[in-house]
Amino acid sequence: MSKVLEGYFYAESHEWAKKENQFAYIGITDFAQAQLGNVVFVDLPEVGALVKKGKEFGAVESVKAASDLISPVSGKVVEINEDLVGEPEVINQDAFASWLIKVEISNPADFNDLMSAEAYKNIAK
Amino acid sequence: MKNYDRLIFELSVKGRTGYSLPKCEINNYALNDLNSTLLRTEQPDLPEVSELDVIRHYTNISHKNFGVETGFYPLGSCTMKYNPKINEEIAAMKAFNSVHPLQSASEVQGVLKIYYELQAMLADISGLAAYTLNPFAGAHGELTGLMIMKEYHLQRKDFKRTKVIVPDSAHGTNPASASICGFEIIEIKSTQEGTVDLEQLKLALSDEVAGMMLTNPNTLGIFENNIIEISKLVHDAGGLMYYDGANLNALLGKVRPGDMGFDIMHINLHKTFSTPHGGGGPGSGPVGVKEFLVPYLPNPQVKLLDGHYYFNWNQDSIGSVSGFYGNFKVWLRAYVYILTLGKENLKLVGEYSTLNANYVRVNLEDDFYLPIKGFSMHECVFDGLKDQSSGVTTLDVAKRLLDYGFHAPTIYFPLLFHQSIMIEPTETESKQTLDDFIAVMKKVAEEAKNDPQMMKLAPHTTPISRIDEVYAAKKMILTYKDYLKENR
Amino acid sequence: MFKYFPHTEADIEQMKQAIGIQSTECMFQAIPSAVRYQKDYHVPSSMSEVELRNHLEEIGRLNQTKTIFSGLGAYDHYEPSVINHIISRQEFLTSYTPYQPEISQGTLTYIFEYQSMITSLTGMDVSNASMYDGPTATAEAMFMAEAITKRKKILVSETVNPNVISVLKTYAKYKGLEIEFINHKQGSVDLDDLKLKLNDTIAGVIVQKPNFFGIIEDYQGFSELVHANNSLWIINADISTLGVLRTPTEDDADIACGECQSLGMPVAFGGPYLGYLAAKKVHVRKMPGRICGQSFDRNHLRSFVLTLQAREQHIRREKANSNICSNQSLLALYATVYLSLMGPSGLKEVNELSYIGAHYLYDQLIATKNFTPVFNQPFLKEFVVHTHLNVKMIQKQLADHGIFGAVHLGDFDERYENVINFCVTEKRTKAEIDQLVKILGGLS
Repeated sequence: MSKVLEGYFYAESHEWAKKENQFAYIGITDFAQAQLGNVVFVDLPEVGALVKKGKEFGAVESVKAASDLISPVSGKVVEINEDLVGEPEVINQDAFASWLIKVEISNPADFNDLMSAEAYKNIAK
Repeated sequence: MKNYDRLIFELSVKGRTGYSLPKCEINNYALNDLNSTLLRTEQPDLPEVSELDVIRHYTNISHKNFGVETGFYPLGSCTMKYNPKINEEIAAMKAFNSVHPLQSASEVQGVLKIYYELQAMLADISGLAAYTLNPFAGAHGELTGLMIMKEYHLQRKDFKRTKVIVPDSAHGTNPASASICGFEIIEIKSTQEGTVDLEQLKLALSDEVAGMMLTNPNTLGIFENNIIEISKLVHDAGGLMYYDGANLNALLGKVRPGDMGFDIMHINLHKTFSTPHGGGGPGSGPVGVKEFLVPYLPNPQVKLLDGHYYFNWNQDSIGSVSGFYGNFKVWLRAYVYILTLGKENLKLVGEYSTLNANYVRVNLEDDFYLPIKGFSMHECVFDGLKDQSSGVTTLDVAKRLLDYGFHAPTIYFPLLFHQSIMIEPTETESKQTLDDFIAVMKKVAEEAKNDPQMMKLAPHTTPISRIDEVYAAKKMILTYKDYLKENR
Repeated sequence: MFKYFPHTEADIEQMKQAIGIQSTECMFQAIPSAVRYQKDYHVPSSMSEVELRNHLEEIGRLNQTKTIFSGLGAYDHYEPSVINHIISRQEFLTSYTPYQPEISQGTLTYIFEYQSMITSLTGMDVSNASMYDGPTATAEAMFMAEAITKRKKILVSETVNPNVISVLKTYAKYKGLEIEFINHKQGSVDLDDLKLKLNDTIAGVIVQKPNFFGIIEDYQGFSELVHANNSLWIINADISTLGVLRTPTEDDADIACGECQSLGMPVAFGGPYLGYLAAKKVHVRKMPGRICGQSFDRNHLRSFVLTLQAREQHIRREKANSNICSNQSLLALYATVYLSLMGPSGLKEVNELSYIGAHYLYDQLIATKNFTPVFNQPFLKEFVVHTHLNVKMIQKQLADHGIFGAVHLGDFDERYENVINFCVTEKRTKAEIDQLVKILGGLS
């Protein structure tokens, strides 16, 4: 049974977003990391890049699978999690602590389309 | 040598050589006459070894490989049949090895005769008009076939046909080839029975669809019994039907793709026509088409006029897809194979391969979960062990088989099931071999219940045990130089 | 009974019983009867081995094998005897792609060695495990440039072999890429023309050395321009010549690609050959095809395994870098054994002997006055000359003497009317060269 935490917003494509003032941290869910298996590589955008809700912004790769990362919200990348570049396996250890990118939110209403933890639990099975 | 584990570089001793070349008979010229800026500054890191060093090294590492002549190789979708020796003998003939691809047609009438006759035989076997032998492999054939599909629509000035329909059960190459060819892919879901869902197909069809790619029997080993209706629906919508010939073996003597409504197809000669897989290649992927598509075949084409074979460059062609004329010595072997079988044996291939697969299927049904009931064609697909309570997975079953001297079946494909085991026993395997395999599979199923821990650690008797794939992917040690750096 | 099918009547009967069918026909009931094929194929009757040998020998006699004095992508180098013995071993010949590494360390070991040798010859960091041939490897390099830069246009030197160019054109057309050509100056790709054509739509620049005319192009000043434009610098080079020529890495290339047939593989009417594709490590995830990496097994034994598979079609499907799934593995083994036997000194000697023979032939031909230089540029084992004689007549004369040579570049491109190619490898003796010169010198 994978972990689903309260206080995060969820997308159907198994990314989470956590709001902090005008910023959002974006990562993949515990369910997603379990599906992928051992993560060996994360491909992240550069700081300053624009991400768009529902569009690809990178990819995460395991030994046997690869998955595109779909942004749950639109905005500008202000920071990427450099720790993941050398140690992508921390995503497997704690997917919610391992944020991928920090985005300056351009449209706060994007969060309205995302799921609550309660709703996501039904999908992450 | 037991436990031999060297790399050829690790045998290298400065000054040793493994070659002999003619003495130079011409004076007054030297490579150093070239401006030094054109030459490399350091010599390449190649091994310096004697001839016997080389032979021993490769003989020893060959012992760590499993081939069709080692034992049963039930790798689904790969058609690992016996690779006859006479094919190798013919392919080694000087008359075939020493002709240069740019010699004029009149000097290479022999190879052109083989090209022409083989493509005609393949056309007859598949119910199409003509073949190109130029594509190098199955995937290359797919790409070539899709280019033909695209060119056909372009020359009719039907520019909006930018999409190709691919069932979700298709080989991964199908969508990849369509994408490389600049198409968008519409994936349609299969029915519960694993076949094309006609309603889904109807929804996907439109005047933007260039065609549909289909394997039949599909990757579940099931014959698409609605094939005539599928072809009709696609044709009525203005699309073309592409046949992925990966599973053609099942159909020999039974039905021809052209008669089922397919317009374009490729054949994997290394599957159906027994050319050796060579550890992954070289293969050969001839592409055949219906008459109306012949002008689009890649250049050059080989034609016959008044007993003389010649190259033809067609204006309407998609262009060339290979430097020369494909993997000649591979299609030469296929030619020899077809002549060896002859019409009387060719038609038995589908019969015997299907008989073998169904025999394996009924004998394993009690121990492995069969998701789709009924007859299979040349291969059968299980969804893991029937009893999965011990946590033993398909991977564990596959690895344990290696301990018993069998190659593993294809696993985790098709993707429709979580624990797929895809078994293809070709027509060259005897009942005894299948009985041995069945007995071992049953024993493994038993072991899975009684000793799951042992299964998790299998294989136990192979040259190496399970590999840390995460280490390989993370460290990316891809050359001997990387290796030395890591182990400095 | 037939020798490849082991099914006896009794076997078939027992198997039918086990399956629970009266007739094998039952298994085919899903095939609509309207399309069932009931006839015999238009294929001859089964031939015995004796008949087959006779038949194929007869066909073989329709081929004329000649002393080869041309190249243009297919070179008549020496084939060490050892290689065929090794690649004929069933463990290598009849195995499949090494999906089960525990019983495929033979294949995986030589693929790792192959990657090591290709990277050493090119100077690059990573090599995949074998492409179909040089032209398609170059097309894959073009696709890599598109994937890396997200740009849609490729500049190709017009000095690249037309057989490579025509494959690039085909691949580009259907993928929706555009190709523009860079002119040549004195037979070499023109830096000034490149300058004019570079802009922010250019994904990559493809050149070849030695080029279509046999010329060893000098790329001083090229990479700076290409890289300043954020485009990829792609060099196609005959792998054998890299035993002595400046490497693609020394020319600061991002991707190296080309043909490996020159590593002693028979000319064999064009195939099977082997392409190679090597690149800087940063581009590894955009590379197509199989890549083998080193790891360890549970007992910490060094072992090898296919890696970075998430790039590939069986996982990525339509998002894969390429549709390549088979490869030319057995030819990669051929190349690896060849390079092991030759070593650095053998490969150098092959190039040196070829260089000497080619330059001797060139000077002798010019001295006959039937031939004139086209370009005054450095070359290695092949070159072009102009002739005032009828080219067909030259070719006919050579053919009558059992020689294949003087391939007409005008057959590829009408601008090169009466320009012909010659190539000399280490296999050509001085006597053969002298005979060639005697025949051609005597023509008028």
